[in-house]
Amino acid sequence: MFKRLTPILLSALAFLLGWHLLTRYSGIPNFILPSPLSVWMRFLRAVSDGSLLRHTRVTLIEILLGLFAGVLFAVVVGYLLAKSRSLEKALSPYLIASQAIPIIAIAPLLAIWLGPGLLSKVVICALIVFFPVLVNTIVGVRAVPAALYDLMNSLHATRAQILWKVEVPASLPVVLGGLRIGATLSVIGAIVGELVDAREGLGYLLRVGDFQYDNPMVFVAVFTLIALALTLYGFVLLLEKRFLKWQN
Amino acid sequence: MSHTPILSIRSLGAVFPNENGGLRALENVTFDVRPREFVCVLGPSGSGKTTLLRLVAGLLTPTSGQVAFARKQQPRIGMVFQQANLMAWRTVRQNIMLPLEVDGVGEQTALEKTREMIELVGLQGFEDSYPRDLSGGMAQRVAIARALIHDPDLLLLDEPFGSLDALTRERMWNELSRIWQAKQKTVVMVTHSINESLFLADRVLVLTQRPGRIKLDVEVDLPRPRKDDIRYTSRFGKLARKLRQAIE
Ligand SMILES: Nc1ncnc2c1ncn2[C@@H]1O[C@H](COP(=O)(O)OP(=O)(O)O)[C@@H](O)[C@H]1O
Repeated sequence: MFKRLTPILLSALAFLLGWHLLTRYSGIPNFILPSPLSVWMRFLRAVSDGSLLRHTRVTLIEILLGLFAGVLFAVVVGYLLAKSRSLEKALSPYLIASQAIPIIAIAPLLAIWLGPGLLSKVVICALIVFFPVLVNTIVGVRAVPAALYDLMNSLHATRAQILWKVEVPASLPVVLGGLRIGATLSVIGAIVGELVDAREGLGYLLRVGDFQYDNPMVFVAVFTLIALALTLYGFVLLLEKRFLKWQN
Repeated sequence: MSHTPILSIRSLGAVFPNENGGLRALENVTFDVRPREFVCVLGPSGSGKTTLLRLVAGLLTPTSGQVAFARKQQPRIGMVFQQANLMAWRTVRQNIMLPLEVDGVGEQTALEKTREMIELVGLQGFEDSYPRDLSGGMAQRVAIARALIHDPDLLLLDEPFGSLDALTRERMWNELSRIWQAKQKTVVMVTHSINESLFLADRVLVLTQRPGRIKLDVEVDLPRPRKDDIRYTSRFGKLARKLRQAIE
């Protein structure tokens, strides 16, 4: 455990030291690049007055709801598309076109349509999560060996048995690969939504910090976002470890 | 051996659609299989052997003719494929148990039967191994155990030892022969090895080049149990020559 963590700790230490030296000796003013110490002080203040926790909670809820909705929708649609060539032919132009539109471009529209509250963020988050999970679900389900269908059919298995005993476990590695990408993107989705229009959340904190020249606050928000993304990513890795132990 | 057939195949034909009017894989195939008979289907590659097996298993619907079972419409079938076709995410025990799960057999009974089957194929100690840790021969034993566990009326084997090395293959012949005698099953096995068919079968059917028709139907009246050196007997040599001529 310690052996594995040592290189990470060393590189973090080197990063902080470099940052410290840069702010100390380069003459860059604190309101452009705050020192690590001032970010740390700002962090402690945001924790003690409860604002960091409150805004993080808001963003986390948006992320989790968006991730859940996006993954659920993507897995169901992906499965149907994988099973039906004609459905795929009918829908794929729209799906590909939707990927050509940057999410930033439609975020303001969604905010107008769905209001500045939770819903617009959840939808933006779900949209950005949707595609990678969809693509991986299609690939995963298509890759289920035909011989396993033969096996199940020779045993007169039902459709539901084929789904749960073959299709789900066989495609799980690829679907979880999509979830890994989706989990990271979900953080971006929530922040994009909040940057457009929000009264709370880490994106809001970012914006306020920016307006008030409170750069240490911006840094605190950014680091919190990174921590959120890493936690989600780690959670997907745990899922993989739990469900894919047969891959070693 | 009773003489009422367990399986009657009448004027069976299979045509696969293609650009120039359909590919005729099988044509006018008629034969009976008696209970507990071990029938080998021999033929050059592309003669429709696998297609015949898939028709019997109900994985394909015939273009013409019929497959009729003596006792019921849907017999219980155990199938072994060219590749072991195991589920990578299941342990040896879980793979063998699959047919019982599909049948909804209670867990206690299922575990008991699985233990029996593991003993029958000599895989004690590997119950909790995953397929990636098995040799080709072991994997094929798991497949055989899986095909037998639900006590099928009919065992269908599609070149089950084709992917094994020569030594392992011959060891598996002895295993299969012993299992067949212990379990008293009706077997239809596809192969392209004359030795294999003479070592195992009561009867050998030879198919012609595409479209496959029955060219020869011979009883193998070699005494059982058949030991390795049976291939040096004159009776074996005579039958082998006859089959070879039919395959040309
Ligand atoms: N699903 C299928 N679609 C189209 N053609 C097929 C299909 N299955 C088999 N064939 C064709 O039917 C012929 C017989 O195939 P097969 O039964 O696999 O022969 P064998 O097992 O004797 O090698 C081959 O020419 C093969 O290409």
